[in-house]
Formats: sequence, C-alpha cells, structure tokens
Amino acid sequence: MTSLDQVTAAADPAAGSTPPAARGPATTAPGGGGTPVSRRVRNRRGGRWWTPWLFLAPALILFLYFKFIPMASALTMSFQEVQPYLGNRWVGGENYATVLSSDGFREAAWHTVVLAVGQTAGSMLLGLTLALLMEGQGRRLGFVRSAAFLPVVVPIAVVAELWRIMYHPTEDGMLNSLLGLVGFGPSGFINDPDTSMASIMLTGIWRGAPYDMMIFLAGLAGVDRGLYEAAKVDGASRFQRIRHVTLPGLRAVLTILFVLAAIRGLRVFTEVFLLTNGGPDGSTEVVMTVIYKLGLEQNRLGVGAAGAVLLFLATLLLTVGVHLFRRRGNE
Amino acid sequence: MSAPTETALGLTESRSAAGRALKVLTYLLVLIVFAGPLLALLVSAFNHVKDPTQLSVLPSDPTVDNFAVAFDQGVLKYLLNSFFVVGFGLLLQVAVSVLAGYALARKRFRGMTLAFVAILATLMLPEEILAIPLSVILADLPVVHISLIGSLAGMIVPVGAWAFSILVMTEFMKEVPKELEEAARIDGAGDLRIFAQIILPMCKPALGVIGVFGFTMIWDQYLLPLLVATDSSSYTLPLALRTLRVDPLVTPGVVMAASLLALLPSVIVFLFFQRSFVHGLSSGALKG
Repeated sequence: MTSLDQVTAAADPAAGSTPPAARGPATTAPGGGGTPVSRRVRNRRGGRWWTPWLFLAPALILFLYFKFIPMASALTMSFQEVQPYLGNRWVGGENYATVLSSDGFREAAWHTVVLAVGQTAGSMLLGLTLALLMEGQGRRLGFVRSAAFLPVVVPIAVVAELWRIMYHPTEDGMLNSLLGLVGFGPSGFINDPDTSMASIMLTGIWRGAPYDMMIFLAGLAGVDRGLYEAAKVDGASRFQRIRHVTLPGLRAVLTILFVLAAIRGLRVFTEVFLLTNGGPDGSTEVVMTVIYKLGLEQNRLGVGAAGAVLLFLATLLLTVGVHLFRRRGNE
Repeated sequence: MSAPTETALGLTESRSAAGRALKVLTYLLVLIVFAGPLLALLVSAFNHVKDPTQLSVLPSDPTVDNFAVAFDQGVLKYLLNSFFVVGFGLLLQVAVSVLAGYALARKRFRGMTLAFVAILATLMLPEEILAIPLSVILADLPVVHISLIGSLAGMIVPVGAWAFSILVMTEFMKEVPKELEEAARIDGAGDLRIFAQIILPMCKPALGVIGVFGFTMIWDQYLLPLLVATDSSSYTLPLALRTLRVDPLVTPGVVMAASLLALLPSVIVFLFFQRSFVHGLSSGALKG
C-alpha cells in the first residue's frame, strides 16, 4: 500500500505538497479541466493527509492502552522484581528460571496442553459429526441447529455454574443419576482428581462443538455439489465421498478451526477458575490459573508476567507453525 | 439453495422409514445433549429445589420465590451494572469500529499497512495473557494517570476497540461502490459527510453483525470485570454468580434464577439476529 501511495504522490506532486488549506472539494471541482486521471487520483486522495489517522485514532489509542502497553509492560515486568512503592528491580532471566524450574508451573503447562488437545480434538470431531448429520435445508433442521448452538452464546460463567451443579458427586447428582441409569457408579467428576480434568474437558467440548459445527456447516455449503453427483455416478460409498470430496473441501476450515480451538484451549481460564479453581489437589491447575494466583493473589507480578510471556510465545509458535505448514501444503 | 442439493452424507434427503427414524433420533439426541442442560436450568429457576445439590428436570413445585431471593441478594443491581457496561461498551465499540473501518476501507495513505497489521496483531494478544499488566495499567493509566479500578468505566473502555469488529466493518465498507463516493465528492461533500450519509447507511447489515457479536462478547466478559471490580457494588451479573453460590442460604434454584437472567439477554439477541450472527461467524472465520 505504501509504495502505491508514493507512486500516486509522485504522479501528482501538487496533491502531495499543497498545504492542507488549499485542498479539499472546493479546489477539486473547479480543477475539473485537468486530465481525468489526475482528477481521479485527487478524488481518491481527497482530504488532508491526517484525515484517515483522525478516523483511526480512537481505535489506535484504545489498542495502545489496553493491548500494546500491557504487552510491553508484561515483557519488561517479566525481567523485573516488581515492588510497589519501592521501584522495580531488574533481575534478568530470574523470573523465567523460577517459572521453568517450578514443578507447579510445569505441571500446569502439561495440564494446559492436555486440556487444549483434548478439547480441540473433541470439539472438532463432534462439531464435524454434527455438521455432517445436520447439513441441508428445512425448518426443523434449522430449529435443531439453533438449539444446539445455544451453549455457545450462553455466558461462560453461567455454563460453569450449571455444570458445577450437574457434576454433583453424590448418587443423586444430575449426571450421576444418568450414569446410574446405564449401570455406572457415581463419579466424583470435578471433585475427584482422577476425573476432574476430563470433566472440565467435557464442559469445554459441550460449549465448543456447536461453534465448530456452525463453521463446518458454512464450509460444507462451499463444497462443490457437482463432485458429490460425480462421486455418486462413480459408485462411491458415503465414507468415500466424505474422504475424497468433503474433507479436502474443508481443508481451509479445518486449519482455521484448529488454530482457533487450540488457542482457546491454551488460554483457558474462566471455566477452570469457576469449576475447580485448579483443584482438587492441583489436578486441574492450568497456566492461566497459576498466572492469576501468582500475579493477583500473591502479588508476584514479575513471575506471573514471565509465565504469561511464555504462554504468549506458545500461542504465537502454534499460529505461525500452522500457517507455515499450510503454506507449504498449498505449494 | 432452494433446490434439493446433495449433501456429504445424503441423510437429509433420505425418504425411507429407517432414514427418517435415524434422522429423528439424531435430532432428539442433539437436543437433549445441547439444549437439555439449559432446559434444566430454566425449570430449576422456576421450581422449589428441595435438595440443595440438584437440578430439576421436571417442574414439581413451581414458584417464583427463587427470583425473589435472588433480588434480595442484589441481583437487580448486578443486572443493571451488566446492562450499563454492555450498553456503553457496545456504543463505544460500534463507533470506534465504523470510524476505523472507514479509514481502512476508503482511504489510501502512508502507514496504512502498519496500522492494519497493528490492529490484526491485537487478535493475537488474548486478554487472558495480558491480565496481570492490564490490572496494573487499569489502576494507573499511563500519561493521564486515572485509575479505572472499581469503576464500571474500567469494564467499558477496554472493550471499545475490538479488532474483529473493525475487520468486519472494513471488509464491508470496501464493497460500497467508488462511484457513489466520487459523485458526492464532486458535489462538494467532505469526508465526514461522505462517511455519515453515504458509507454508513449502506453498512446496516454489517452494523447488525458487529452489534450482535459485540453484545455477546461484552456480555460474556469475565476476566476483565474480575480485574476491575473491587467490591460487589461494581459486580456484573456473571461475576456475581460465584458470590451467590458461595452463600450457604442460597439454593441451586436461586443460582439458576440468577443464571437465567444472566443468559437471557445474549440468547435473545442471538435468536433475534440469528441470520447476521451465523453469517458473521462464518465469514469472519473463513476469511481469516
């Protein structure tokens, strides 16, 4: 864009150097005697050079305050011992060493990865299955799809409270009475270290799958119908149709959903905070709950910031990695 | 679209009895799994729940007492806080997005790519990761030295700029024909007039999309209010659910009543604007 801008500025030096007061519609209109090209250039560039920045200013200022400055200060804080009123002390990589050598953090990182992988795989698989089952038109179908989508728009805090009660560990808890119907004993769900992680994962899948379903449905609508007809003529089975027509047609969607879901998994906080807050016995501690506890409950801001930077790097690595992988696949 | 089309599984076209039965069974199962828990929430909110650990699936003892207790616990105040935050937050977000979208879609200027990349980059910076420095900055905004901690403004201003809304607006504004703008410019209209009288009126569908998404996003905020609120007077409803639950006098029925109030606005918005919601969801995701 910038280079194009320079070209037009060079082609029409008057437009580039005229003082702001001499520009604007009033001077452009009488200048209609000029060549059509120069008029077009001037029209496109209509207004003063700072006009676009004026329109962008609110967004940029808000992003500066609530995204870029926090990011920069996370970076600096991660190298400091943050002491309110005493001034910050530069400690170099000490915070990172503390974080990386701490068993608690390493365990939390592992939990985060497990949760991210489980939730991503679970919600994508279920979402794709749902989308395949519910592809097509029809009023009833639309109703079912909308109903299935509801978990996505329900606030996460409500989801957590709802599932907390459903997960009640006694025999008469809602999910346990369902389990009882099919002959399984009461599960402790989020109260048992053995099942707490799977329970959180299940809640995440419940909320994530309908979202994935909607995007898969949009992707499925873009698959060439003619290919299905052709496959039918060739005598392909349903499974072969999905394997050779549908899945290749969904490749772009799959990649995007994978990145979105994996990032969602890495930054998971609210569900865990509300369902177990890391317990029982640290079995569901994830990176974000550790960072929250370090930074906002124990006031070890520097160490918490180092953890956050590491989490950011993991997210970045994942996104860039997938993009590179995808680009190579396209060549 | 209206003509019967082939689908991947070919299930929806199947006319056989077995195919139909399978279809109905599938739909039922989907409804039970995804809508069932929410139905239990609804029933429990209007039911005396005897056992404090359970939800009601069927109404056995209908009542509105749960709401009365919830209001005694200050739920109305939390609800109003939530409405205040989402109202002003959305207003700010829409204003910021249409302005930025106009510059990015209709102008060519030096530094445009940089501005665009900077806005895109914020999509890579999840607020969860920024939570700690954000809480420090909210307590003392650089340069202006104002603290937003403990005030609803602290939950409103940060949601004012959202890259998703800006990108939707930009994409949409690019579609407005150049000729319209040129004609207006020849007639002597300035940027502000072109923006307000030509571009903006043509972007109503996009306004619907960012309105619905912005509403859902702001209503669902949890971490930001958690960082900002210092005491219950500035709690939003989602935040208050946790404190409500901890109260030993409060039964699940009351928590579900408050939950119902917390989920109703976003569900209503979704049901009313389903078309633009689903459209925005797919276009946003598939273009990325």
